[in-house]
Amino acid sequence: MSEDLSNVPKPDELMRIDHKPPRKGWMDVPVDFKPGTYSYTAKAKNLKILGMPNPREWSPTDEDWKLPENWEEIVREGFKDRLDKYRSFQLFMDICVRCGACADKCHFFIGSGDPKNMPVLRAELMRSVYRKEFTTSGKIFGKLAGARELTVDVIKEWFYYFYQCTECRRCSVFCPYGIDTAEITMMGRELLHLLGCGINWAMEPVANCFRTGNHLGIQPHGFKDTLEFFADDIEDLTGIKINVPLNKKGAEILFVVPSGDYFGDPGTYTCMGYMMLFHELGLNYTWSTYASEGGNFGLFTSHEMIKRLNAKIYAEAKRLGVKWILGGECGHMWRVMHQYMDTMNGPADFLEVPTSPITGTRFENAKSTKMVHITEFTSDLMKHNKLRLDPGRNDNLIVTYHDSCNPARAMGLIEEPRYVIRNVCNHFHEMPENTIKEQTFCCGGGAGLGNDENMEMRLRGGFPRGNAVRYVQEKYGVNRLACVCAIDRATLVPVCDYWAPGVAVTGVHEMVANALLMKGEKERTTNLRGEPLPGKEEVEDE
Amino acid sequence: MILETYPPDASSFLKQEKNQFANPVGNTILQEIEDIYEELLHGRDSEKLSDFLDRIIKIRAIQDFSPAQAVAFIFHLKNAVREELGGEIRNDQLFEELLEFEHRIDKLALIAFNTYMKCREKVYEIRVAEVKNRVFSLLKRADMIGEISEQELDIREENIDSVV
Repeated sequence: MSEDLSNVPKPDELMRIDHKPPRKGWMDVPVDFKPGTYSYTAKAKNLKILGMPNPREWSPTDEDWKLPENWEEIVREGFKDRLDKYRSFQLFMDICVRCGACADKCHFFIGSGDPKNMPVLRAELMRSVYRKEFTTSGKIFGKLAGARELTVDVIKEWFYYFYQCTECRRCSVFCPYGIDTAEITMMGRELLHLLGCGINWAMEPVANCFRTGNHLGIQPHGFKDTLEFFADDIEDLTGIKINVPLNKKGAEILFVVPSGDYFGDPGTYTCMGYMMLFHELGLNYTWSTYASEGGNFGLFTSHEMIKRLNAKIYAEAKRLGVKWILGGECGHMWRVMHQYMDTMNGPADFLEVPTSPITGTRFENAKSTKMVHITEFTSDLMKHNKLRLDPGRNDNLIVTYHDSCNPARAMGLIEEPRYVIRNVCNHFHEMPENTIKEQTFCCGGGAGLGNDENMEMRLRGGFPRGNAVRYVQEKYGVNRLACVCAIDRATLVPVCDYWAPGVAVTGVHEMVANALLMKGEKERTTNLRGEPLPGKEEVEDE
Repeated sequence: MILETYPPDASSFLKQEKNQFANPVGNTILQEIEDIYEELLHGRDSEKLSDFLDRIIKIRAIQDFSPAQAVAFIFHLKNAVREELGGEIRNDQLFEELLEFEHRIDKLALIAFNTYMKCREKVYEIRVAEVKNRVFSLLKRADMIGEISEQELDIREENIDSVV
């Protein structure tokens, strides 16, 4: 209804007011923690082992969050410290012109309709405090200058919305100034951590990783058992006995994957895929029980934590005396490797520029980090015809590809996974252009938010992705969503189950292994999942 | 009207952005409500209606609405018809037709209730499945579950055959 008429409301218009949310300024709308829309808080034991402040048991729904007594001072000083330390943060606090380009680009905003999920407003949650505390205009004019007091409610709001951002950086693609909302969220989370306000789904992996080397706390013997268990499964499928090189000194390549790949289905099939590929190539590589985690939830915690958790990878490469490092299908791991590892824990001058022992290709792009993405490695093999493949074995799959946020936006990995998929699948269909590549939509569960208690929020955030998947499902009969991220492989399962039922999630190297013709293999009747291969359905039924 | 149940800053976006992938919420609602209205006018079967409703309610079932708010949009249809056609209905004495039409809307509301519950059950089902998978992997890893394998079954059958 038009705005003019609202001045003279008719009776039925008055009735309608019930359905509309009240018109209030965003500063006056307090946060309401409803089940399904927030993550449980970090357990005290996890903060204690990391030496992080204010460990305690508490819940966001509690009236009293048991903040430290001088919490205002802590936030103020932490804020100032970060403004001094990070020029980008200072810049992002000052330069936004509110053009609105980012406003409708966030998957959480698109899926929820909550204005505070517009990236501009998410940043404004901090900027308003910045103005009040650190700018003259804000100190004098207060609300008129977009400034506000730092209160407990503000902290609650930060907790709610900075843990409602998956740091996917889609909004940054559209910002004419290049403001990186993920970095603002990171700063917000760092300040919250100073008060002991973190979430357990992020902090437990961090604590485990710090203590046992991987997110799930799997110990070396457990890791060994798991990989050997996969080798047995591979032998059942192909008749080929595969070696599992573990902590092998003098190996040429150290291979690092996210622990999700060897822990949960469907990531495990991708893990078996790597193993089969390396066996077929006769690659001189090794797994490590120390660097048994490529993922780094430090990225969702603080800069110091990224560095602490990442350090083991170069340390292990040095200890084992490898020449270079190869990394598996993981999302945020690659943001860390590509953008932080070198400056934080490098230079890795004890390593060589990665060179494929099979094709001789020198990966100049990884000259500095010495770490290559598995799809770069495999697409290079395919380009040089080094693999014998039968894509027909994947003919039961009609595939689309979800660009995982970090590989796509943080390292520009766009074409390599597609090249690999096209070589191993005959049926591949892209989702609409504004939902893939640099503009890809997040799964809704990254950055530590992929826990089950946060399911409703995940499904809201996952809707733009799910909507595009459903489109290709209806148009082309797509039944498999491929991706190169362990978090995706876990979180896209519910997203598809809810928004596009019937579409399963797969890693790229699972499909590679299915298509891979291995020397001396027996006739395969099923793929890695035990689904009958096309044309072998009857064999299975017998 | 449905889009106005969202906060004002959001509803203008939901109304204006016409790309179905950039604005799946707004576009789904507009598209499906049109289909629903068509079906209602023709008094057609409830199965199709339920499909159309499903697409809208699936969205609202996981958004920030109470159950009543999530499905209340059905009744907006009554307002819309009365508002748009109120004059004609009075002039042409179409009260019986109006009653019949509103009766269909009431039936629609019941279907909406079913659909809403189905969506919520699905959310919980997904949650449970996720937790179950995690626990199962853990138990398997800890060697605490000995699953009956296909191979084992084959051996057993062979044994039985040889006995018989």
